[in-house]
Amino acid sequence: MDVYLDNLTMEFQDIKAVDRLSTTIKDGQLVSLLGPSGCGKSTTLMLLAGLYKPTSGDIYFGEQNVTKLDAEKREIGMVFQNYALYPHLSVLKNIMFPLRMQKVPKKEAKERAIEMAELVQIGHLIDRKPGQLSGGQQQRVAIARALVKKPKLLLLDEPLSNLDARLRLEMREEIRRIQQEVGITAIFVTHDQEEALSISDRVMLMKNGILQQDSPPQDMYRNPINSFTASFLGNPPINFIKVTKTDQQGKYKIMNSSQLIHLAKDIDMGQIQLGLRPENIYITNKEDALMTGEVVHLETIGRDTLIRVKIDDVTIRALIDPATDIHVGERCHIGIKQEHIRYFNIENGANLERGNSHDGQANMEKHA
Amino acid sequence: MVKSALSRTTIYILLSLGAVLMLLPFVWMISTSLKAPNEVMAMPPVWVPSEWKFENFTEALKVAPFDRYFINSVIVTIVSTIGELITTILAAYAFSRIQFFGRDIAFAVLLGTMMVPSEVLLIPNFVTLSNLGWIDTYSALIVPWTASVFAIFLLRQYFLGIPKELSFAAKVDGCSEFKFLWYVMAPLAKPALITVELLKVINSWNAFLWPIIVTNSQELRTLPVGLSAFTTEAGIKYELLMAASSMVIFPMLILFFIMQKYIVAGVARTGLKG
Ligand SMILES: Nc1ncnc2c1ncn2[C@@H]1O[C@H](COP(=O)(O)OP(=O)(O)OP(=O)(O)O)[C@@H](O)[C@H]1O
Ligand SMILES: [Mg+2]
Repeated sequence: MDVYLDNLTMEFQDIKAVDRLSTTIKDGQLVSLLGPSGCGKSTTLMLLAGLYKPTSGDIYFGEQNVTKLDAEKREIGMVFQNYALYPHLSVLKNIMFPLRMQKVPKKEAKERAIEMAELVQIGHLIDRKPGQLSGGQQQRVAIARALVKKPKLLLLDEPLSNLDARLRLEMREEIRRIQQEVGITAIFVTHDQEEALSISDRVMLMKNGILQQDSPPQDMYRNPINSFTASFLGNPPINFIKVTKTDQQGKYKIMNSSQLIHLAKDIDMGQIQLGLRPENIYITNKEDALMTGEVVHLETIGRDTLIRVKIDDVTIRALIDPATDIHVGERCHIGIKQEHIRYFNIENGANLERGNSHDGQANMEKHA
Repeated sequence: MVKSALSRTTIYILLSLGAVLMLLPFVWMISTSLKAPNEVMAMPPVWVPSEWKFENFTEALKVAPFDRYFINSVIVTIVSTIGELITTILAAYAFSRIQFFGRDIAFAVLLGTMMVPSEVLLIPNFVTLSNLGWIDTYSALIVPWTASVFAIFLLRQYFLGIPKELSFAAKVDGCSEFKFLWYVMAPLAKPALITVELLKVINSWNAFLWPIIVTNSQELRTLPVGLSAFTTEAGIKYELLMAASSMVIFPMLILFFIMQKYIVAGVARTGLKG
């Protein structure tokens, strides 16, 4: 079942939690809803679930306009951030609950619940109470409960945020596996960019209630639509350098610095902001260098070496080959392949190579 | 926390003294219920009857129709407890989960009534009931006690502590408001409900003033009221009164031993009530 959002808007007293959100979520896809805290992710999910009613705009499940339909009747499954299991019921009864509300006969409900418990690999825990389970196990129960009634749409609100790093990694693959196995359309809310990039078919990035970009993860990472998207994705974050055009062809002056850098691309603009991903930057010789600076910090994180290089007033981060012989206090030449440089408008942050098209809109399909 | 042996001993001694003081009237009641009339008022007091007169118990039951009183007590206690249970759950849910106009003001007013001592309400309540023509009926014994502000307050606080997501989850799972209350909220509040209703049962069983005010006829008397039958022009037959009292208290004692855990929790929660 495809899901269409058409100019969906939700206002609370004084703030627009969701602002004219339009997009299409394709049948069977797993879409991540990503963004900083307070950007309206949970609100969007609540709107999809029918737990909030939008101020304006419409929601379609397939051909059906469900905007005014109550949550009970939307046939969705939802996993809440704190799991919201019924504490007085056993795991089995928790999973059976949605079926019992649909008046599915007890025997059949039990069979289906057990089947679902097996799918999320908690078959051996069905007699326990939620209070006797670990966070990861509770999460599986919550997923099983959401899936057991065979919903048309699965909504997950930061389901992994209470788990430790390793379990998160495991569980997100688990969620992906289950989603693919069941073949359900799913929307996954997270504020963790890595999580979003790793499991989803598409990522929707929001800020202040407004959808910024809506594209496949790799595309969003490589071709961010604006500097916000660029800075939100990636760890360590992308470096921004402001440059001013000079009289010389292809030469730009780094702001607050006397250094000139060469850019292959000719952008017809006085001042621009360059985006350089740390992993694309390398140490090189004088001829190939884009800039020269002093290493002010060096640390090794796992298999990478992270350095900070100060170029007059600007500091940039780079992930370099750990074999490089370099020390804090030394001067170095740093380079980057020209095709890895991104160009942003200084005023509005727009990616100058992408024009102003909004992926969300582009993605919105016409339907009757 | 490590307490010194001395202070612990002191605590035990004080608690034991308290326990003895609390138990003395009970012991006296039981001992008196087994005495011959001449030993009841004897000086110095007789603690252990020289002859155990178990026939006092059968004798006492003959003085008044206690079987009838017992049935009345049971009816009044059960019906008013169930009534309170229903009104409490519904009201607490409304005051904690449903947004409606004037809700918080209504609740504040309700809480305000808790500050009025119940003795002050005896006369207005009596007048109301007599206007309704309910005096000397079961309704008079039961209906005024089918709602308790205190119970509503307690349960509302309990309900407020249940996360909002649980009701969202229930909605998504297909629950209507009422089903959510019935299948999720009420079962979750079971400990609180049991505590509140146990205190209710005890109070209802022991109620004396209200039944004596609103009923006149024999057939409507409850056990505590019925005990007055032992007061005659010739004086009070203490040994029989005590025998009857022991029997009246007995069901509550059993209840207390079974449900001790909940009663203690209830008293602890409500300060010094009960
Ligand atoms: N019931 C509400 N009443 C008023 N304002 C609300 C309500 N719910 C959310 N908001 C506001 O709407 C905005 C979006 O909130 P929302 O919960 O959707 O954020 P979020 O993206 O889920 O954030 P987080 O990552 O912290 O969960 C916030 O500014 C929040 O304060
Ligand atoms: Mg949220």
